Amino acid sequence: MKSLIRSSIAVLVACALLFYASYTLNATSNAGGAGVITVYNWGEYIDPDLITQFEEETGIHVIYETFDSNEAMLTKIQQGGSAYDVAVPSEYMVEKMAEEGLLLPLDPSKIPNLAHIDPYFLNLPFDPGNRYSIPYFWGTLGIVYNPNLVPEGLTFDSWQDLWDPALKQKVFLYDGAREVVGMGLNSIGESLNVKDEALLRRATDHLKTLVPNIKGVIGDEITPLMVNNEAAVALTFSGQAADMMAENEDLEYSVPREGSNLWFDNFVIPKTSKNIEGAHAFINFMLDAEVGAQNADYVGYSTPNAAAMELMDEEVVTDERFYPTGEQRKNLEVYQNLGPEWMGKYSEYFMEFKMAL
Amino acid sequence: MSAKSRSRAPIVPYAVWMVLFVIAPIALVLYYSFLDLDRHFTLANYRNFFSSAYLTMTLTSFWYAAIITFFTLLISYPTAYLLTRTKHKNLWLILIIIPSWINLLLKTYAFIGILGLHGPINALLETLGFDPTQMLFTDFSFILVVVYIFIPFMILPIFGSLDKLDRSLVYAARDLGASGWDTFRRVIFPLTISGVKSGIQVTFIPALSLFMITRLIAGNKVITLGTAIEEQFLVADNWGMGSTIAVFLILVMVLIMMATGTSRKGGRA
Amino acid sequence: MTSKLSLGGKAYLALMFLILYAPIFYLMLYSFNSGDSMSGFESFTLSHYADVFADTRLIVILLDTVLVALLSGFIATVIGTLGAIGIVSVRNRWWRHTLLSLNNVLIVSPDVVIGASFLILFTLIGAKLGFASVLLSHAAFSVPIVVLMVLPKLLEMKTSLIDAALDLGASRRDVLTRVVLPMIQPGIYAGFFMAITYSLDDFAVTFFVTGNGFSTLSVEIYSMARTGITLTVNAISTLVFLATLIVVAGYYWVTNRARAAEAEVRA
Repeated sequence: MKSLIRSSIAVLVACALLFYASYTLNATSNAGGAGVITVYNWGEYIDPDLITQFEEETGIHVIYETFDSNEAMLTKIQQGGSAYDVAVPSEYMVEKMAEEGLLLPLDPSKIPNLAHIDPYFLNLPFDPGNRYSIPYFWGTLGIVYNPNLVPEGLTFDSWQDLWDPALKQKVFLYDGAREVVGMGLNSIGESLNVKDEALLRRATDHLKTLVPNIKGVIGDEITPLMVNNEAAVALTFSGQAADMMAENEDLEYSVPREGSNLWFDNFVIPKTSKNIEGAHAFINFMLDAEVGAQNADYVGYSTPNAAAMELMDEEVVTDERFYPTGEQRKNLEVYQNLGPEWMGKYSEYFMEFKMAL
Repeated sequence: MSAKSRSRAPIVPYAVWMVLFVIAPIALVLYYSFLDLDRHFTLANYRNFFSSAYLTMTLTSFWYAAIITFFTLLISYPTAYLLTRTKHKNLWLILIIIPSWINLLLKTYAFIGILGLHGPINALLETLGFDPTQMLFTDFSFILVVVYIFIPFMILPIFGSLDKLDRSLVYAARDLGASGWDTFRRVIFPLTISGVKSGIQVTFIPALSLFMITRLIAGNKVITLGTAIEEQFLVADNWGMGSTIAVFLILVMVLIMMATGTSRKGGRA
Repeated sequence: MTSKLSLGGKAYLALMFLILYAPIFYLMLYSFNSGDSMSGFESFTLSHYADVFADTRLIVILLDTVLVALLSGFIATVIGTLGAIGIVSVRNRWWRHTLLSLNNVLIVSPDVVIGASFLILFTLIGAKLGFASVLLSHAAFSVPIVVLMVLPKLLEMKTSLIDAALDLGASRRDVLTRVVLPMIQPGIYAGFFMAITYSLDDFAVTFFVTGNGFSTLSVEIYSMARTGITLTVNAISTLVFLATLIVVAGYYWVTNRARAAEAEVRA
């Protein structure tokens, strides 16, 4: 009995120590206050020198935290345990967060640099009048491919090229219902936001004919595979394609002409903010022409900042793969928030497609 | 033990616990399987489940589980048999079991490197003069990794029953002129069938419900009942459909438990 | 009874050991690779270990993983031991059988079903997903294991010992703490260690019931593996493997000591 009691005490003391250690470590990374702002952004999505520059110019200390999915960010902000002042959700998430009352309205008078943003990227359907959000970077969904590993002549300017019989067991898809079913809809010439069972049925049946060419349906693991010449063709986002192309110069990226997805990541101020002034100052700073140009050069994604684009390398901002022209953008669509019922249907059809693999 | 020495008090926390974490969750899964997205009563989930897509998926899931169980048994039985004949058999048994105590995710992760285009297996193939191939994202690699993970769980119960086997029966059979194969088929195997049954039980049910390996190793090309449940709950947010598949899996589990007899050894993966 | 193994038998066993350990050693080897992938060993480095210790988040996750294992193991051991004592005291056969069947259900249930059903449970009672939900879930699936480890020890126990104690005027409480518990102690320790290993190994259940930024090692490795190979994961694996060996060694030390103590009591 003594031994049992002794062991129990030992275990409980160990638990207490572990709890204390874990708690203090957590606490040191979650401070907040007057001269401090906490920025919550995607990983590898800012030039760190700019944070230092902002701190020097304004005297506001920046705590920088990262997330890897919109959903992960949402739960942290919903939980309310951490004082985030600026976050960077994608467009459908902005809509959702605004609906749930998780965002504070922006004060345009405190963000004069808003004028630098190309009007094309303002007043979009997911946030009319930019009440809650300002675009940070944008991009497309398309096909990244390795010309050395696919038959000559395939340029993927049409989704139909994915169906080429020579690509047997060579195509990787992104593991997302919206992305894959949307691609199926685009490939039969329909909108990727349809709410029509018959069209979804046709798109899924068409996708099923792609099955022999599919090697896998995966997530971010695709980056090292493309970089190391282990994969030939993949459905991916332009930003990720840019990352891959920076490491493997052979790779090419194409947005098929039938249409595809256009996405935006946006600055917002969550209601958890404890330093609203500081948050506005940070957003305004990031929208500065020189800062925006430097950041876009570093990150490699497409900037909506027209003033910044003028300062950037001509060759970069005229690269139509990453800065599609107004004409090309016509075929691109932003994902609308379809509501739970239709989202469920998209998932159901995606599942059916995966079961056919 | 006599009844007067007992008090009913100790069982109270346990009984409460079982109601809360066994009976309530199963009842909730059953309840949710009759709900649609708006939380209204419906039979649509069951209709959907018996549609062609889900039936095909269920059958393939069973097929993979059967193949996996078969190969695991094929490899584990001789291993268990040989283990009982080593000198320090308990030490060797522990050494066989240790890999099963390493986190499942870590082992899976190792195979991402091993099976990759630049991994050691391809390097070996290349030195033997074969062309390297991408072995990830194939049915073969999926079965390979899962069999690897289940081997120790299968060895454990078989070892247990072989160890209890009365050797004199084997000698008697041999003395009576039975061949080695006959002895195995008519004496050893029937006497160790309980261990084999437990082994099948701890392999087959988890093999039906694996979900993470289907994604990391098979690139979503293999969909098991487990993958379908996980997708419905965590990606599609359709708890009703997910619960329906779970109800089916629970029924299968009960059937297998009845077929193989409830066993004492638990194994999860 | 031990007859010599044939050469073929030895070769087969050796091959099995090689296959079972190769992936683990492969992981460990590449944790020292100065390159950035699990192919083509470049040169020796400890930098991936430095990365692990420099990453506060990872350290927090490691601490939390161990904390959940120890605490859930402790809770499960207390409830499970009491449960086992309770089960043997149930005299009605039907009830006893029902209790044991319920106990088995949780052991045989696929983790995906456990995870999904607990997720529904926690959501319905409005519990926040995170540390508490993970802790409760781990304790929940460990309780039946503890019961199974303790039960045989209870059944082995001689009734006469308890009767003797009662005849000598011991109270029920005394019987429990001075007779029953010391006798079943090895089973209790074994149950505790099994609970810890199940908790450390769990991925599926945690994956379902975690949230709000709380994470355990296996869930974290899953999200890291999904973004491709980083040798930091190899470094963690090596550390975890060594920790597992320590736990296993601790388990055998404790159970052997307990067995020795038991033998002494009997002598």
